[in-house]
Amino acid sequence: MSQGRSGAEQRLVTPGMAIGPLAGMRVGSGAISQNDEIIATKLGWVRELNGTISVDPINSPYLPRSGDLVIGTVAEVRNNLWFMNINGSFQGLLPMSLAPWKVEFGQARQHMDVGDSALARVQEVDECHNVVLTMKGVGLRRLSQGAVVEVPVNHLDRIRGVDNANLDRMKNISDCRIIVGENGRVWIDGDADGISWTREALSLAKQSGHKDNFDSIMKKHEAVFNKQGDA
Amino acid sequence: MGGYGDVQLLRDDGLRLDGRKLDESRPVSIQAGILPAADGSAMVTHGLNVAVAAVYGPMEAHPRKIQRQDRAVIDVRYNMAPFSTSDRIRPGFNRRSREISKVTAEALESVVLVERFPRSKIRVEIEILAAEAGTRCAGITAASVALADAGIPMRDMIVGVASGKIEDTVVLDLDKAEDNYGQADLPAGILPNTGEIAFLQMDGDLSPEEFDLAMEYNFKAAKEIHEIMVDALKSRYEEGDN
Repeated sequence: MSQGRSGAEQRLVTPGMAIGPLAGMRVGSGAISQNDEIIATKLGWVRELNGTISVDPINSPYLPRSGDLVIGTVAEVRNNLWFMNINGSFQGLLPMSLAPWKVEFGQARQHMDVGDSALARVQEVDECHNVVLTMKGVGLRRLSQGAVVEVPVNHLDRIRGVDNANLDRMKNISDCRIIVGENGRVWIDGDADGISWTREALSLAKQSGHKDNFDSIMKKHEAVFNKQGDA
Repeated sequence: MGGYGDVQLLRDDGLRLDGRKLDESRPVSIQAGILPAADGSAMVTHGLNVAVAAVYGPMEAHPRKIQRQDRAVIDVRYNMAPFSTSDRIRPGFNRRSREISKVTAEALESVVLVERFPRSKIRVEIEILAAEAGTRCAGITAASVALADAGIPMRDMIVGVASGKIEDTVVLDLDKAEDNYGQADLPAGILPNTGEIAFLQMDGDLSPEEFDLAMEYNFKAAKEIHEIMVDALKSRYEEGDN
């Protein structure tokens, strides 16, 4: 996403703007073809990669895709399923057959109640945007401690960095466990100082995730924690 | 409209009462992202009009009866603040605000890629903080910038512009006196990149020639305001990059 800005072209476009001729090019995300031209449909940076022109949006709602690791919050409990808020247009449905526990009919609330957070994976998304979640899988569990912070979905790539470099550095510095959900929610667990520092780092990502100098902003923030540690 | 023909609206030198030329718009300024809690927002100052728009969603459409299985619905609420005019406006929906909400929603539905979000709703709230003729146009412009700010996919943005007729002369962008005592008003929602018209209303009478000239003025103003809209969106993200 935002990493695409490191390419040759860094043009900020608005919806309706022509970003190039259609001839010989493929239309990527954030763009449509219209009258032999490729038109941007979102506010964002143009990216041209392997013959595909797309727009990396500055702001984007979360659209669930099958296989996404998400952090959900229970919004509603029924006898045999949970409805989870996954920061998308629609709630995700977690049936008891896809929960990690053996759940008796009518006992769903004993395992997870309204307001509880959980790490889940998107099992299926149908054409009407109905989302089915699963908690069967390695590491998928109820999150009973730590903090959940929301960040813009389109800044996730920058928060993670190339090969998760930024994320690994944040984990090392703060000495926290950090899990980034594809739905723009980040779970942080560790000591109070570490959580506080990571929250601030994510807040910086919210404000400055779109900027060219984001990496240097993060490095400055890392230095703050190192100084605190030395004192 | 057209009921007070004896009011002088053009000066002897051919300019309008506020000194504008016939094809001159009132000053326009736009700010994007002014409401941190909204998914997208914008404030448009057009002459003495101040319109704020906030966009939320896409979200699940409620009540379910308004859901469309193949597309999103755009729920627009246009409202004038009680303090927006010198005569206090009674709070709440009225016939005029319902009409403007409806035409604005239909105009926006023609540019937003609603088929990308089946069964969803995109909520657009337009609040007019100060009114001086042309609030529906300022509201549409603000809604369009707010939608772009929210990352809602659109095939173009809509610019709200208006022309009209005063003293048998076609002029661009009527102010309050011109709107009250003029002969015709022609607000339009124009897609600046494709040149399409997303909405068009007419109050009063215009001859075919006057209509063509009024639309020519509207297209010219749309281009100018579109540049301000683009600058507002870009400046929000380009400032302090380096």
